[in-house]
Amino acid sequence: MATPSSRPELKIQPWNDPQAVPYISIERVTKKFGDFVAVNDVSLKIYKKELFCLLGGSGCGKTTLLRMLAGFEEPTSGKILIDGVDMAGIPPYERPVNMMFQSYALFPHMTVEQNVAFGLKQDRVPKAEIATRVADMLALVKLAQFAKRKPHQLSGGQRQRVALARSLVKRPKLLLLDEPLGALDKKLREHTQFELVNLQEQLGVTFVVVTHDQEEAMTLSSRIGVMNLGEIVQVGTPKDIYEYPSSKFVAEFIGNVNMFQGRMIEDLPDRVRIESPELGGTIFVDHGVSSAPDVLLWAAVRPEKINISIEKPDQADNVAHGVVKEIAYMGDMSIYLVQLDSGKVVRVTQPNAYRHADDLITWDQSVYVHWHPSSPVVLGE
Amino acid sequence: MSNRVPLFRISALVFGFAFLYIPILLLVIYSFNKSRLVTVWGGFSTEWYGKLFANDQILSAAWLSLKIAAINATGAVILGTLAGLALARFGKFSGRTLFSGMTTAPLVMPEVITGLSLLVLFVAMEQFFGWPQGRGVTTITIAHMTLTMAYVTVIVQSRLSTLDDSLEEAAMDLGARPAKIFFLITLPIIAPALVSGWLLAFTISLDDLVIASFVSGPGSSTLPMVIFSKVRLGVSPDINALASIMVLLVTVGVVIAGFLMHAQEKRRQRDMQMAAAGGK
Amino acid sequence: MIAKAESPSGQRHSAGAQLILRVLQQFPPYRWTQARLLRWGVRGRTAVIAIPYFWLLLFFLVPFIIVLKIAFSETQIASPPYQPLFQWAGDKVLEIKLNLGNFMFLFEDNLYWKAYLNSMKVAFISTLLCLLVGYPLAYAIARSRSTWRNVLLMMVILPFWTSFLLRVYAWIGLLKNNGFINNFLMWLGVIDQPIVMLQTDFAIYVGIVYSYLPFMILPLYSNLEKMDLTLLEAAADLGSRPFKSFLTITLPLSMPGIIAGSMLVFIPAVGEFVIPALLGAPDSLMIGKVLWTEFFSNRDWPVASAVAIALLLLLVIPIVLLQRAQSAEARGAHR
Repeated sequence: MATPSSRPELKIQPWNDPQAVPYISIERVTKKFGDFVAVNDVSLKIYKKELFCLLGGSGCGKTTLLRMLAGFEEPTSGKILIDGVDMAGIPPYERPVNMMFQSYALFPHMTVEQNVAFGLKQDRVPKAEIATRVADMLALVKLAQFAKRKPHQLSGGQRQRVALARSLVKRPKLLLLDEPLGALDKKLREHTQFELVNLQEQLGVTFVVVTHDQEEAMTLSSRIGVMNLGEIVQVGTPKDIYEYPSSKFVAEFIGNVNMFQGRMIEDLPDRVRIESPELGGTIFVDHGVSSAPDVLLWAAVRPEKINISIEKPDQADNVAHGVVKEIAYMGDMSIYLVQLDSGKVVRVTQPNAYRHADDLITWDQSVYVHWHPSSPVVLGE
Repeated sequence: MSNRVPLFRISALVFGFAFLYIPILLLVIYSFNKSRLVTVWGGFSTEWYGKLFANDQILSAAWLSLKIAAINATGAVILGTLAGLALARFGKFSGRTLFSGMTTAPLVMPEVITGLSLLVLFVAMEQFFGWPQGRGVTTITIAHMTLTMAYVTVIVQSRLSTLDDSLEEAAMDLGARPAKIFFLITLPIIAPALVSGWLLAFTISLDDLVIASFVSGPGSSTLPMVIFSKVRLGVSPDINALASIMVLLVTVGVVIAGFLMHAQEKRRQRDMQMAAAGGK
Repeated sequence: MIAKAESPSGQRHSAGAQLILRVLQQFPPYRWTQARLLRWGVRGRTAVIAIPYFWLLLFFLVPFIIVLKIAFSETQIASPPYQPLFQWAGDKVLEIKLNLGNFMFLFEDNLYWKAYLNSMKVAFISTLLCLLVGYPLAYAIARSRSTWRNVLLMMVILPFWTSFLLRVYAWIGLLKNNGFINNFLMWLGVIDQPIVMLQTDFAIYVGIVYSYLPFMILPLYSNLEKMDLTLLEAAADLGSRPFKSFLTITLPLSMPGIIAGSMLVFIPAVGEFVIPALLGAPDSLMIGKVLWTEFFSNRDWPVASAVAIALLLLLVIPIVLLQRAQSAEARGAHR
């Protein structure tokens, strides 16, 4: 996964630097369509050269937010600044922003070359320069030999690259991508993800991507903004979002998670202990949580962070007894559904690190599930 | 059972198309009849075609009708495109309900009413403004444009509603202003719909008897008006000849159009298959 | 190989498109609109709405209001054809005075009642006949192989592109006493006296069915064509025989198509003028013909206008039915 550490220019994380000037700032933006609030009081800062993903389910407001950046919708209230300039009242054709559409929106009556040149022609760029810039861009996306073709003569992946070339050729300050890989099949999608990241690093353009696919968001982005019901619920690096979700919604939206309801019984700055009837025991967490005592809360544990064993492990906390109800063999790993004595079903994944690793555990086997004190995340309502 | 169903379908097709085509076929056959009695076969002859082309009244009426039809179709396409664009792309604007009502009403309005009301308007306008002076080509064209723009509006509106709006948004995003987007993106893409709208408007105008009769003046008899006054008196073989020429022209036109569309579709299919097979 | 096969067509198109673009750029209105938009921004949008709007107001709504006004103006005005309108326009422009006399006249005179009733009857019967002829044909086309469908459909539309007047004219030759049908039947020996068909209501029915058949077939076809055929397979699987399946599944599902097609035939048929004038008896009473006679022969504009208004009122229900059927079809398409 392309976490920040794998991307050299982002080793300096501008969002952690109080001195850094945001490139795009969205300040308390609300968008209403009649009575329906599509985007509700969203504030967001995006920095130069970031690849920022807006992630959420359908109807969460992510596309509306993107369209407000492009200028197709005007915010009902709030401000959008790009590179310090207030975008209010600036029409799409005057914004230093380009967009790659979900449907690609390639002009069917123009060749690949004419499609890519369209934006430059609108800016009255000299003909010779248009020719070289289009040729360079087509070479970059490896479409030089298809320059004279019409969109319907291209495959899905080629069309996606034409759309990308067309939106990048004007060297926008900001590129908006609406579900850029949504129309591609799974194999091609994985391949294209890496191409997209490479291209972004090569050109140094700031990307804002809208996607409903969490895997895509994790792979592509420097940071993710998770949206729900028109609001941004959490902003962070893919690792932050996965390992330290800030709410039940985010924990459940990104990946799989086991939630144990419980009550705080020991609350210290560096550790907490939770009693959970659902688990049938106590959960010990090796980091502090701020919470009022005796309030209902949840401990979230990812399936891959749970171990499964036949022998009872030597620990008093973070352990429970149960029976294996389902086993799904996935090749690289196996998924176990274990019913605890309390009746709660826990999802556990184990890598198949060596052949026959899964042979020991079978259906209806009595097992123990257990995890390390660093694994749980404690979440409020 | 499996045999009976196609038998029913085939007989429906045979009966239906016989009903549609036998009258036209007889019309064409008897245009080559030597006898003046239209229904008695008196041997093969092309003399009615000769008589037709010697008939100045019919020829000048035909020329007038073609002129009106062409001007009307062009005007109707312009007006109908604007109206279709406004209805399909501009969302809500004040008076939209009245506007969309007025664009579709001429489609269901009986011709006698459209003709009557336009004549009354032209008379009142002449009284108030002195224009149009009398009635003739101008008034017929205006009347036809009002009727046929409704057809073009419906065609353009439905074409635009199936056109992905992100094409126009993409052009705007790439820096094109609305008017330029219309001419560079929208217009070329909907051009086939405009062509069929033009042809429809042309045909309706060429065919119209009732509205033209109301709003025409002395010396501006269109072809349908001449034909009507002739056939009212009875069957005449030179009208058969005229009908045969029209049938021939339309058939050739439709067959060629159909063939071109088929060839284009085939080429498109082949391109798409090759693109899918050709690479990622 | 692919590039070789495609480049010629691609290049030709791009050259064509480029030519059009180049011509467009030289085209004054294009530049003019652009310059204007640069300065005023939204003005273009306003113009797009305003031009057709103004046209329709002037040539559709205003004439209609004038007709309404004339229908309510006094009968005495109508004695000479032109002067009354001048008078009305000159003196009484601001005077709002409803005169129901013309409508009372319509009510009182049997002729108009008969004409309305007869128009409805003729339109109703011909619509029914049109449905009887059109449904099997639309059904057969919709269920034929997809390669044939477009050809057959084009064959249905083809006569529509030829002159309506000439298609009606063709039936004169067929229906005459010494016409083709009578000659054929006498030759067969079925009859020895010609049957009188021309100048009867029968001839009008035939003319309407023949002229408006495409209007019936097209909505029926588009409805039947998009029907999910697995419904019939499901019905057969559940033990329904084909004819029963047709009655219980296909027919109810095609109702919006039936209504739309029927209204598309019925509405113009009520006000039809050409067909009764050419094929019907000289004294056949159809409202379109009555209006025409009032206007051209009697030169009684107020009565003609009142006839027009009454005809329109008559058509309100069918028009509403048509619009409901069409929106039902549109919803079905989106589902």
